Amino acid sequence: MSTNIEEIPAEGFRINALSRAAGASPRNLSAPLSAEINAALDASPGGEVRVQSVDLNIPLLEKNDILAERNRGYFLGRGLLALNIVSSPGSGKTTLLERTLDEFGKDERCAVLVGDLETDNDGRRLERPHAAVAQITTGTVCHLDASMVARAAEEIDLDGVRVLFIENVGNLVCPASFDLGEQVRVVLLSCTEGEDKPLKYPPIFKSAHLVLLTKTDIAAALGFDRKLAVENIRRIAPQAQIIELSSRSGEGVAAWYEFLRARLPRRR
Amino acid sequence: MHEAGIMESALAIVGREAGAHGATRVERVTLRVGAISGAEPEALRFAFEALSPGTVAEGAELVIEQVPARAHCAECDTDFTIESGFLFECPVCRAFSGDVRSGRELDLARLEFFESTTPNHVHQH
Repeated sequence: MSTNIEEIPAEGFRINALSRAAGASPRNLSAPLSAEINAALDASPGGEVRVQSVDLNIPLLEKNDILAERNRGYFLGRGLLALNIVSSPGSGKTTLLERTLDEFGKDERCAVLVGDLETDNDGRRLERPHAAVAQITTGTVCHLDASMVARAAEEIDLDGVRVLFIENVGNLVCPASFDLGEQVRVVLLSCTEGEDKPLKYPPIFKSAHLVLLTKTDIAAALGFDRKLAVENIRRIAPQAQIIELSSRSGEGVAAWYEFLRARLPRRR
Repeated sequence: MHEAGIMESALAIVGREAGAHGATRVERVTLRVGAISGAEPEALRFAFEALSPGTVAEGAELVIEQVPARAHCAECDTDFTIESGFLFECPVCRAFSGDVRSGRELDLARLEFFESTTPNHVHQH
């Protein structure tokens, strides 16, 4: 049997079909695979075994990525700014959103999708007559994905809404990989967490457009070095804007509202 | 810890693509995993072992091609590779870069399977 390598062009991917591939493959076949091919050849007298190697290059999160792009188009088409708010549990996402709804939300209509594994406690905390809120309970899932956001967005009235806050499940690891269709990714780092958090959980900080250093009102009491924290954020995430704020004292929140206002899509 | 979910979608794509190419069994699955993709090769292997039985990829070899992170430095217009870690510091001018050019990959790169073609049997009536 002669060694014969043929290239079969097909739409979008490449197939290399080889006969008697075990002996002369352009890719190094592993020993067990060669052995299997030889066994298959021995078992089919007169026949041949062809190894097909199909180059695919398909994103593993293809399904999520497609849904995320659909969400993004939907949000942009409605003229609203969608933000994915990510942090560890307890960094102050909900407290920041409470204050934001009470102040910024009085001028610009806001809505919130909030994710947790269980309970609608955060959804209840955020409920306001002037802001639509939907709670997503994920069960055991450690992050929100684009399909959860799409389904939750259908549940609330987005008429006239300018800003959609998507409060992710408290987790500094997994949400990094899941695009929700947001225009802006906001990562919170609170002063209770330690200045080196960005160095310890870099992927999420790498993907941030904005990093909020929260709970600055208690930084001094904690002996938290704000300068060092900001320096660490800048080293890991030079692309991100940084705002230091306290949702309790109100320090820095004006800069956050300014950030939001500057990114509002044109009124439709 | 979302590697199991990623592997579930990977196996769904493997099943779909194998079917599209007429393969009933896959010999080798090659993933391309970027250094800052957020997915750990070891956790992916574990998830593959746990989830592949019963699928077309049962018993297949899992190959993970790791892609190093590369970034572009706007200060001195240089592309550079990050050998390890997440500090993207330009080797030329020492500026930190947030302009990631590669390393986020999380792809099904390639499937390998083999087909056996037996000689046509002549049916006699």
